[in-house]
Amino acid sequence: MTHYAFYFLSFLAILSALMVVFSKNPIHSVLYLVLTFFAIAGHYLLLNAQFLAVVHIVVYAGAIMVLFLYVLMLLNLNVDAEPKNKTWVKVAGVLSGGMLMLTLVATFSKAETQALVQKDPSIGVTANLGKILFNDFALPFEISSILLLSAMVGAIMLSKKEAKN
Amino acid sequence: MEVIKAIPLNHYILLSAILFAIGVMGVLVRRNAIIIFMCIELMLNAVNLLMVAFSAHHGDGKGQVFVFFIMAVAAAEVAVGLSILIMIHRNTETTDVGFLNKLKF
Repeated sequence: MTHYAFYFLSFLAILSALMVVFSKNPIHSVLYLVLTFFAIAGHYLLLNAQFLAVVHIVVYAGAIMVLFLYVLMLLNLNVDAEPKNKTWVKVAGVLSGGMLMLTLVATFSKAETQALVQKDPSIGVTANLGKILFNDFALPFEISSILLLSAMVGAIMLSKKEAKN
Repeated sequence: MEVIKAIPLNHYILLSAILFAIGVMGVLVRRNAIIIFMCIELMLNAVNLLMVAFSAHHGDGKGQVFVFFIMAVAAAEVAVGLSILIMIHRNTETTDVGFLNKLKF
């Protein structure tokens, strides 16, 4: 059962990731990326990482992709405004990306194939992750809060209109 | 120790490698800066998926906490990056990365 779910979600993720790259309309790219994120959230659920699955959907599908859609709407980008690459640049990009994929797949397909065994299925629940986060990673947690604050201030500063003087 | 399922760990590595390579391909092929940002998100997510898989395999929750930090950094990156993009669009009326070539050698 989980086999079928894994391979279905993998197929969905790879297909929609390809559609992100190759669809002409930027809006469609964003929607396919949302689909990819849902597939990856399904993978997290299969791995018993419930907290991360929910956070992934809330942060990525809910916040980041809405931000992308909002910027697309704000800039009024559509198929006509889409910058086109030369054909040989596209072919070269696909070829070099494909060669990277080939290298990685050929490298890792020879690795030892050990079945994924979940030693402790309860590590992904919120209580356990919270204990780890605030016992071992308290300082990085605070630093990431400062990072988010500075990003917020920076975004407002950057997108503010210049004052006339 | 409990065997939940019998999917080889290898398949998670292959899936992440393929997703990462698709992201790299997107950065190379597309010229719209917003699509390039989205492909960067795709690469980050490939890494996140692999990190969660290894975290589940080793029974160590620290990998999942690290994924949480990567999400925070990605959110900050997207906020600043998109506002830079809006400024670029306001000044040049385009989001084509080929247009900004003053630093090109």
